[in-house]
Amino acid sequence: MADNNNNEEAGAAAPQEPQARIVLYCGVCTLPPEYCEFGSSAKKCKEWLEENHPDLVASVYNTEAVEAAMSHLTVDALARAEKAEQAAEKKAIKETAKAERELAKKLSSKIVLKRVERAKRKHVIVVTGLEAFGLDLKKVAKDFGKKFACGSSVTKGAAAGQDEIVVQGDLSDDILEYIEEKYPEVPVDNIEQVEEKKKKKSEGP
Amino acid sequence: MFKKGFTGTQKTKLKSSVQRALRTKITDQFPLLTPHIDELIPKKSQLDLIKAPDRISLYALGTDILFFQHHDDALFPHLRVVHRFPQCFPTLQIDRGAIRFVLSGAQLMCPGLTSPGARLPEREREVKAGTVVAIGAEGKGEACMVGLLKMDTEAIKSVNKGVGVETVHYLGDGLWRLDVD
Repeated sequence: MADNNNNEEAGAAAPQEPQARIVLYCGVCTLPPEYCEFGSSAKKCKEWLEENHPDLVASVYNTEAVEAAMSHLTVDALARAEKAEQAAEKKAIKETAKAERELAKKLSSKIVLKRVERAKRKHVIVVTGLEAFGLDLKKVAKDFGKKFACGSSVTKGAAAGQDEIVVQGDLSDDILEYIEEKYPEVPVDNIEQVEEKKKKKSEGP
Repeated sequence: MFKKGFTGTQKTKLKSSVQRALRTKITDQFPLLTPHIDELIPKKSQLDLIKAPDRISLYALGTDILFFQHHDDALFPHLRVVHRFPQCFPTLQIDRGAIRFVLSGAQLMCPGLTSPGARLPEREREVKAGTVVAIGAEGKGEACMVGLLKMDTEAIKSVNKGVGVETVHYLGDGLWRLDVD
């Protein structure tokens, strides 16, 4: 395996017959592993590489080569490089914090399936909160329409500026099941089914 | 060109005549790629055209984008293609200090191409302005950027100022991260 790495590093030394080289890409940031250090998730990338391709770690994270490259720089350039390095580090920390925040937001955000009465005994389901999971509402709406053979549309900025999907038909349970099945990234516990009561009816027993 | 992320709109199948024309255009522009063209685009394959904002067309085979072009300009290879066939594209090398800036989408300035860690082709193999070039980096095996040469490489050496290569597509930009389904 070690020989293969050397070939890969040398680039042009690829075998003659099937000409295309197969390049390994980092599972975290998708760049070739040697560029991970410039990404915002360098630490995670290193962990990934150690776990999945331990044989490559030594060649990719070769500090000696870095130092050798640094040595022929002037003092001034060195100072500048250090400054840039620090700035990059700060940026990386910020990025990770941001990613964490987003994840937390994702975990806490709720999806609401609201049953709204339109005409007598006719209902529509209003789905809100799906966009927090990085789903394209337009596409999801189309999927709902296809799956349940009904009208399904996106209303932009309806209630409190939030976009929502309106599905025509009393399908609350079916939609819940469908989301559960089709979009595994959405935690089921965060989906809530509610019913909009008519204003006339008073609450309580 | 792709600094911001974007979502590809619809995918359409390429007419076979258009696909044939594209093949010849690719081999015209990258003569070194000629022996590998059948491996890159098999004869019977069906390419897809994906339209991106600003009149950019992406040519994809299955889920891999192979080439892209703006309007009717030169074709640029996707970086994954450059990684697969690195010897088929004229390549320059930048020094280590410039990598960070390239990966955040900056234009490539001449000093980054002339310093000790960088490498330009020799006088006899000069690359002219307007050529599509791949950019490697000091101490790295893979290319990190595809760009359009703004000055002849000899001019870069003598002038050593200003923009040398216009950044078109770099590791981690919107095109790199684009998910084709």
